[in-house]
Amino acid sequence: MKKNWPLWEVFVRSKNGLEHRHCGSLHAADEDMALENARDVYTRRSEGVSIWVVESAHIKASNPENNGELFEPAQDKVYRHPTFYDLPDEVKHM
Amino acid sequence: MKNKNLYNYILGIADNSLILGQRLGELTGHGPSLETDIACTNISLDLFGQVRSYYQYAAKIAGDDRTEDDIAMLRKEREYFNVLLVEQPNTNFAYTIVRQFLFDVYHYLFLTELQKSHDVTLVAIAKKSIKEVSYHKRFSTDWLKRLGDGTTESKQKTQQAVNDLWTYTEELFYTTQADNAMISEGIAVDVTKFKANYYQNVNAVLTEATLDIPESKFFQKGGKQGIHTEHLGYLLSDLQYMQRTYPNMEW
Repeated sequence: MKKNWPLWEVFVRSKNGLEHRHCGSLHAADEDMALENARDVYTRRSEGVSIWVVESAHIKASNPENNGELFEPAQDKVYRHPTFYDLPDEVKHM
Repeated sequence: MKNKNLYNYILGIADNSLILGQRLGELTGHGPSLETDIACTNISLDLFGQVRSYYQYAAKIAGDDRTEDDIAMLRKEREYFNVLLVEQPNTNFAYTIVRQFLFDVYHYLFLTELQKSHDVTLVAIAKKSIKEVSYHKRFSTDWLKRLGDGTTESKQKTQQAVNDLWTYTEELFYTTQADNAMISEGIAVDVTKFKANYYQNVNAVLTEATLDIPESKFFQKGGKQGIHTEHLGYLLSDLQYMQRTYPNMEW
């Protein structure tokens, strides 16, 4: 496995004004190749207007074992959702 | 046919892209990695897209009942006018990249000039295609530098590919009788005008890739007149199989 190129995570912005979203990963020797590969693998059906790539090794991820303490306390606090307001129809992307 | 020269000139341009596209298409599922596999087949699809516009235009000029598909699929070997370079096989990834690079540099310069043609259809196709080709050139140039300036093995294989394919470069600047007729009408690109520029571009990248520029002065030609290397027949039998076996099939 040592001989494989490193893994990169790919983020694509589908159109101006929207955020970059994670869409997958790929292998590449360096950041320039990662960007070109991302262009070919993830935007060939005109999915995007901008790409970010980041080497997967640089991502610090939460440990699934800690899910209890990290995420469960939020489950019974429904009042933290802004669901008690009436949103006007014109407001999009909320 | 009233405008035989224009028809032949268009086929000369289109056949380069058709045959190279078919070569790259052979890599579907066989690329050295998933990413390069998709990249090569993307380029193949770009080329096939360009080819359709050219053959549609050629079919219109032919003015008989031939369609774009008939022109692409039902000619015999001697009736294809592509340069010998693009029909050379995918011997290994180095050959694929070097072939692509040697063609892309030419293709980019060619389309830049074609945008000044007096023929509005060709100008429109050139304008649309050059963005794609600009990316192809970037892709093959980057890979050439990586392979040349990579490991000992990649350098050796890439140098071998450069040495073997070099002999097909000069044909890019050969002009046929149809080319010359169309140049005098202001429709065709006079390719001889950017020959020096081509070799300058190519040599600069080869040098950056730490590869030697071949000194050989022996060049092959013939493709533009329909005289091909032994590889084209096999390629065409793949390309044409479905139309020959099931005439007029569509899907």
